[in-house]
Amino acid sequence: MDLSSLNIVVLLASLMVAATPILMAAIGELVVEKAGVLNLGVEGMMITGAVSGFAIAVSTGNPLIGMVAAVIAGAALALIFAILTQGLMANQVASGLSLTLFGLGLSALVGQGFVGVVPPRTPKLDFGPLSDIPVLGQIFFRHDMLVYVSLLMVLAVWYFLTRTRAGRILRAVGENHHSAHALGYRVKRVRVLAILFGGGCAGLGGAYLSLVRVPQWTEGMTAGAGWIALAIVVFASWRPGRALLGAYLFGGIMVLQLNLQAAGFSIPVEYLSMSPYLVTILVLVIMSSNRARITLAAPGSLGQSFHAAG
Amino acid sequence: MKPPLLSIKGLTKVYPGVVANSDVSFDIGEGEVHALLGENGAGKSTLVKAIYGLIVPNEGVMEWRGVPYAPGAPSEARATGVAMVFQHFSLFDAMDVAENVALGMDNPPPIRELAAKITDVSHNYGLPLDPSRMVGDLSAGERQRVEIIRCLLQNPQLLIMDEPTSVLTPQEVEILFRTLRQLRGEGKSILYISHKLEEIRSLCENATVLRHGKVVGRADPRQESARSLAEMMVGQSLHTPSRPAAQPGKLLLEVQDLSVTSPSAFGTSLRKVSLAVRAGEVLGIGGVAGNGQDELLGALSGELRTTPESIRVAGEPVGALGPNARRALGLLCAPEERLGHAAAPDMSLTENALLTGAYRENLVRSGFIGWSKARDFAEKIILRFDVRTPGAHVAARALSGGNLQKFVIGREIMQRPSVLVVNQPTWGVDASAAAAIRQALLDLAQAGAAVVVISQDLDELMEVADNFAALNGGQLSAPRPVNGLTMDQIGLMLGGAEGGETDAAA
Repeated sequence: MDLSSLNIVVLLASLMVAATPILMAAIGELVVEKAGVLNLGVEGMMITGAVSGFAIAVSTGNPLIGMVAAVIAGAALALIFAILTQGLMANQVASGLSLTLFGLGLSALVGQGFVGVVPPRTPKLDFGPLSDIPVLGQIFFRHDMLVYVSLLMVLAVWYFLTRTRAGRILRAVGENHHSAHALGYRVKRVRVLAILFGGGCAGLGGAYLSLVRVPQWTEGMTAGAGWIALAIVVFASWRPGRALLGAYLFGGIMVLQLNLQAAGFSIPVEYLSMSPYLVTILVLVIMSSNRARITLAAPGSLGQSFHAAG
Repeated sequence: MKPPLLSIKGLTKVYPGVVANSDVSFDIGEGEVHALLGENGAGKSTLVKAIYGLIVPNEGVMEWRGVPYAPGAPSEARATGVAMVFQHFSLFDAMDVAENVALGMDNPPPIRELAAKITDVSHNYGLPLDPSRMVGDLSAGERQRVEIIRCLLQNPQLLIMDEPTSVLTPQEVEILFRTLRQLRGEGKSILYISHKLEEIRSLCENATVLRHGKVVGRADPRQESARSLAEMMVGQSLHTPSRPAAQPGKLLLEVQDLSVTSPSAFGTSLRKVSLAVRAGEVLGIGGVAGNGQDELLGALSGELRTTPESIRVAGEPVGALGPNARRALGLLCAPEERLGHAAAPDMSLTENALLTGAYRENLVRSGFIGWSKARDFAEKIILRFDVRTPGAHVAARALSGGNLQKFVIGREIMQRPSVLVVNQPTWGVDASAAAAIRQALLDLAQAGAAVVVISQDLDELMEVADNFAALNGGQLSAPRPVNGLTMDQIGLMLGGAEGGETDAAA
């Protein structure tokens, strides 16, 4: 075993890349859940975004168009969920699960012709001299645009939820949909918009996975990232800042274990592969062990269908 | 002549299968406190929802100062000058007072300015309120203040109040009435909905009485007696439950220093609750909702476990036993929430009868359900308690509140409990069904059971209970005989100031 091959700077730099897809999906789902909707289809929307983004980027040769396509594809899948749960009042858990299964199958079908294809490269942002700062420059300033977009998204969602009227209405709808309705807010409209936003974010996260992080298409390549994103939302007590923390924790352990594998660390690879999931879930359990705090933070109407009475 | 502030003409609203309002007409003048009287289901709520723009009536018109008024959304109603305080508060527990107020306004100022305004207005109207507190931590009375202040900040001309006092202590009602009179003094109109007649008599100068969606009478409540108003409301003469004096028998339920941590984040934990109920006795436990009623019922029913010795049924320690084991010993409970707690909404009445009656009524044989026996049991309940339903196969959800409540209480009474605990037995139940339920509870005590009635309705407790205790912040006051207890003393007990002080005053 050769631990000297682990370079902490490279590790931190790739941590940001590894965490970005999960962070995007998590921040989208956070908004959805704040509106009181539990969409378990994150995994399905992510992989749909991954394959659509990949396919469009390859056929147009432009990764940015691919990203836009991924957002649209994720939102389109989310629209199905919105119609099912908000229009037809279907159960959210069942609809979300079937969305995941549908997305996995659909992506496998669409992606058949793209296995082994190399996508166009996504350019890194040029920060000029900033990138040349030792250590910090390498960690923070040598990434592609989307890493920064994801961080901006965290900031924007935080600002939206805590500082704007629209964000307050969204939280109100999630907290108590009957009260929100009685005050004259359009519960379903708010929820559909939130679901679409969540779908778009998950789609973008998926495309980042297939276009930048890996970059290639393989079937089922999200490998549970959507589920981790869902767990992170809860672990973060529905707070954007903590979601960032959670995503980077997962990303960090993911990168670390890959490097440990490469360094020939002498425990079975399977243990290393499961470690990010295990650690994230462990932290989740510890954080949510205080039941009162979780129930305080959780949106009051989470997962409930809304029927306007009278 | 100046047109009235709001004039309602021939308003009709039909829901599939139900006519909620039929040809309702009345006027509200400027600076008038107008009462809308009626039993539950008389169509009061539908009517005010139409005024507030939450529903659109099928027929009829409304005029605001002589100008046609047809709000399509609450925001239009608010813009016109109508504000509403809801019966079930439209508040958000996990948000603070200022945010809650902001959500009820169409163009709220920035939160900091709003907080200052809230402090201001709340002091002007004698309703102190801290804008930074979390609503989930407020008492029911304080929550209502949030609602009222939310309305007042919009400077409304007409304030609609839907059953505002059902959750308040007598002292809080006094404060509310002072505020309302102050508002009337400022020339604002109030539409006051209630079925509490004494309140209406002391506050309102005009009343419109609704029954089955129709206007059945108009009156000046100050000229009427509570009884005549009640009979107008019910459409028949009222039967008051009778209670023959009973000799208390042996001690059946004994609770010693019961402390239970509430399972809910906004619940109230019980602290050292002690009580004793004898055979033939009815103990009434009053208190404003959220002071530990649900926890007390949970602890007695066995949904929340405690140390064995803290609860004894006929001397037997049961604190650590589950609900079925307690039922076997004769301790039965009927919780407050009819749909979802006392009854499973989508299951039939037969199945619901089975849920608590399985063991005491021998409805289950070696793990298999005896369906015909269960059906017989359900039918017996329906017959004995006059539950209006097509049959025992009907889903619990399909019954009206009063009928389901009769069924739920009846189900426990039919199992011949030695101790019965009920929480809010007549909440949302019409007057005649309420009288029937109260009579059944009294009959049960008469037959030698110990009965505990937890309720927010003080009139109800005065009617059925032998002894009264108040639950406040999870603590139970020492029980006192109902005979000779005044409303003022009860108010002090509910406020947690019982004991030496009141004894000295009495």
